[in-house]
Amino acid sequence: MKKWVSLLLVSMMAMSITVGCANNSKDALNGKATNSGEKKSVETKNNKEITVYTALEDDQIQAYLTSYSTQHPETKVNIVRDSTGIITAKLLAEKDNPVADAVWGVAATSLLALDKEGLLEPYAPVGLDRIQDKFRDNAETPKWVGINAWETALVVNTVELEKKNLPIPTSYEDLTKSEYKGMIVMPNPASSGTGFLDVAGWLQLMGEDKGWAFMDKLHENVQAYTHSGSKPAKMAAAGEAVIGISFGYRGITEKKKGAPVEVVFPSEGSGWDVEANGLIKKPEMKEEAKQFLDWAISDEPMKEYNKNYAIIAVKGEGTLIPEGYTKNPLEQLINYDLVKSANSRDAVLAEWSKRYDGKSEPKS
Amino acid sequence: MMHSRKKTQSYGVNERHQVVWLIVLAILMFVSIGFPLFQLFRKAFIDSKTLELGFSNFITYFQTPSLSHSIINTLNISLWTTAISVVLAFIFAYAMARTGIAAKPLFRYIAMLPLFTPTMMHGIGLTYLFGNQGLFTTGFFGWLPFSFDIHLYGSIGIIISEVIYTFPQAFLILSISLAVTDYRMYEAAETMGVGKISQFFHITLPSVKFGVISTCFVCFTLSFTDFGAPKVVGGQYNVLATDIFKQVIGQQNMSMGAVVGMILIVPSICSFIVDRIISRKQQGTFTAKSTVYVIKKSRMRDLWLTLYCSLISGCIVLLFAAVGFASMVKIWPYNLTLTFDHYRFYNAAGAGLSPFFNSVTMSFYTAIIGTAVIFFIAYMTEKIRLFAPLRQLLYFLAMIPLALPGIVIGLAFIFFFNLPNNPLHFIYNTMTILVLANIVHFFSVNFLSATTALKQLDKEMEQAADSMNVSFYRTFFRITVPMCMPAITGMMVYLFVNSMVTVSALVFLYGTDLKPASVAIVNMEDAGDVAEAAAMSMLILLLNLGVKGGYEGVVALINKHRSKRSDKLRIKANSLNSIKDSVGVDAHV
Repeated sequence: MKKWVSLLLVSMMAMSITVGCANNSKDALNGKATNSGEKKSVETKNNKEITVYTALEDDQIQAYLTSYSTQHPETKVNIVRDSTGIITAKLLAEKDNPVADAVWGVAATSLLALDKEGLLEPYAPVGLDRIQDKFRDNAETPKWVGINAWETALVVNTVELEKKNLPIPTSYEDLTKSEYKGMIVMPNPASSGTGFLDVAGWLQLMGEDKGWAFMDKLHENVQAYTHSGSKPAKMAAAGEAVIGISFGYRGITEKKKGAPVEVVFPSEGSGWDVEANGLIKKPEMKEEAKQFLDWAISDEPMKEYNKNYAIIAVKGEGTLIPEGYTKNPLEQLINYDLVKSANSRDAVLAEWSKRYDGKSEPKS
Repeated sequence: MMHSRKKTQSYGVNERHQVVWLIVLAILMFVSIGFPLFQLFRKAFIDSKTLELGFSNFITYFQTPSLSHSIINTLNISLWTTAISVVLAFIFAYAMARTGIAAKPLFRYIAMLPLFTPTMMHGIGLTYLFGNQGLFTTGFFGWLPFSFDIHLYGSIGIIISEVIYTFPQAFLILSISLAVTDYRMYEAAETMGVGKISQFFHITLPSVKFGVISTCFVCFTLSFTDFGAPKVVGGQYNVLATDIFKQVIGQQNMSMGAVVGMILIVPSICSFIVDRIISRKQQGTFTAKSTVYVIKKSRMRDLWLTLYCSLISGCIVLLFAAVGFASMVKIWPYNLTLTFDHYRFYNAAGAGLSPFFNSVTMSFYTAIIGTAVIFFIAYMTEKIRLFAPLRQLLYFLAMIPLALPGIVIGLAFIFFFNLPNNPLHFIYNTMTILVLANIVHFFSVNFLSATTALKQLDKEMEQAADSMNVSFYRTFFRITVPMCMPAITGMMVYLFVNSMVTVSALVFLYGTDLKPASVAIVNMEDAGDVAEAAAMSMLILLLNLGVKGGYEGVVALINKHRSKRSDKLRIKANSLNSIKDSVGVDAHV
């Protein structure tokens, strides 16, 4: 028995060490030629495998992808999912050596920022003519194409409000009232796309000065800034917060699950952004990536998007208003200049961090 | 003549093999420890824009108040944690070592529980107890007439979590310090009529002062570098470890990450140096003439301390029970119907159960390969007679990880392995890099326990084998490995358990398909899927307890079967284990 164990140990060790040696010698051989070597390995992998970065919600991705995998069973899609800010930062960091082949469902403001760095390759997916002008890059061969829009919504825990005998807030202005002190949670705009559209939306809706003044007041009432845009809704649903500044879909799903929440679309209008797709510029762009982008705006996935979002990018009558949304979702959106937001993204985030990040916790 | 012939003889086949091995091992260790650390230093000291060498990154850091403020926050957390944890653990350890209270094994096991879970779990437990909808905050959902709100999110929450995290580690070191004492001192004091309290201050405390100092440093370092708890209950209270995460993952600002990493190493290095000094000084306080401490009867003392230990154990059990309960209710706190839905990780931000199995695979490889490599390196530094400079170099490299918090290892690994022109770039985002990071992370602790075990073997065995021209592989596998089996299996369990719970290094290194369970917990918590995060923590806890329990069971069985002869050996093995535990405290940062 002992012999057997030690034999196992030996072989394991020998293996690990020889592997280490083998690697070393191989490295020595490859030496400077690494770059080409790397490409080669990608090439062999190229074989029907694509890497897609996305900021879509975890609970949506699988449902969306079913129709892709039935249409293209031969292609393996590696999904890298994180919050919008993280995905954006990741793509920017990898800009000299991109890993992603395509981005899918990432905020248009982020894609515009990526475009500034020359990361996007123009591509007109099949069926582009069906997409509303508002929801795509207006160049003839667009660099980004939207799939749906998402918008600010307040997710309000009615049980907790009742306990505290407070009314349901209906507007942004309400949120700054002192009675809601320490009850509000909102996403950090640096990491969360929803957080960014809130902040950028306020700045465009109210104007720079008034916007920051509003956020100063709001900050007094904020209990925490979260990493993701979903978390405020989930915290409100769990009563950890009373009001979560989140987005429509997340609030509605929490309500459907049975949490005591109301989804409020603020009376001043909702900030919004487009979840959009794009092709990553790299030495070898794969056909499969383009195929994926074609699929991503085709009928089947659009139907799936529409189950979750009231506003989808295709023109036409057929769009449904999912349960829980206000009657006229388009009217709820504020007038919003995506390009302007994207251009000021860095400055806005820096200003926001300076004002609100890293202060000691607000006393609740 | 004789002399020179002896010399040529000693450079025989064995020696040639040995020197090759030593060189190979040194290269391996340079690649996995030396080079990554060098990259980290480079990143920190080279300006990210002008590419000049200097302190410009540090200057930027200290000129950004939102960042540099974190240093004060982190110091604040660590000092409070250290003070509270050391006092609580000291009393607990005292009760275990120096009193006659009942149910000691039970108390001991409960005190160890936090070692088997990721630190996020302590934070999650606290949110269910003291969060805005916690059991205590709501007075058990209003069943109780009273309730209290401790304003968990922020420094208070972090401090409580860190105390839970550091408590078992502090308890372990202090237990060992308290176990080793010379009873003759107490007898002398007794005959001179010195009172109990005076005895405590003049004999007990001085005799454990080194243990207490080293405990303080360990607690300080652990809470200074922990990432899991502040992530969950930190609220808007920024600490260094969460800053690194935000800078590196959130903004891909590598230089700032490296600067924070450098700051994080400072206490670990101090702690490391102090520990070295202490371990040198401590030798000799306990001599062959020392007698074992005799526990005197005292009902009052035992009563109070039983109460105390029950309280502490109760708190720990309550915390874990809260996580277990919360992972099984539908919607906390509004719908307390029991369900296993959260264990299906359906729709949660963690990609189902696969992270759990990724972690199991990773921990298994870490345990097997790690133990083999570490033990072999320990053997080569300890048992070979020649090539002293090479062996010292190996020893030095082997001790470095003791001063490296996991988060720093993770960072150094991205910097090194992600260099586009690094020939080892291909291991980036693979299982290999995760296993390698874990082995490096837990290297020194296991290296020390392997060395201790090897030291206890008689050197003459190797010498005899060598003089009979037996190949050193044969000696190694036929004699050394079997003799050290208790230490080897102990290392395996240690590596497995710690790989399951660690998050700090992995959070920077995992590939898309290979998300470990501990990282999944962080992601799920980030997305607000707290019940699922709780469920994943429970799975890790249960598996770890199973592994550790199974191991202890097997060891107990084997010991039972052995004859009386082995009693001595067993004691040795036990003391070895406790030594390992005591040095092991630095590991799972």
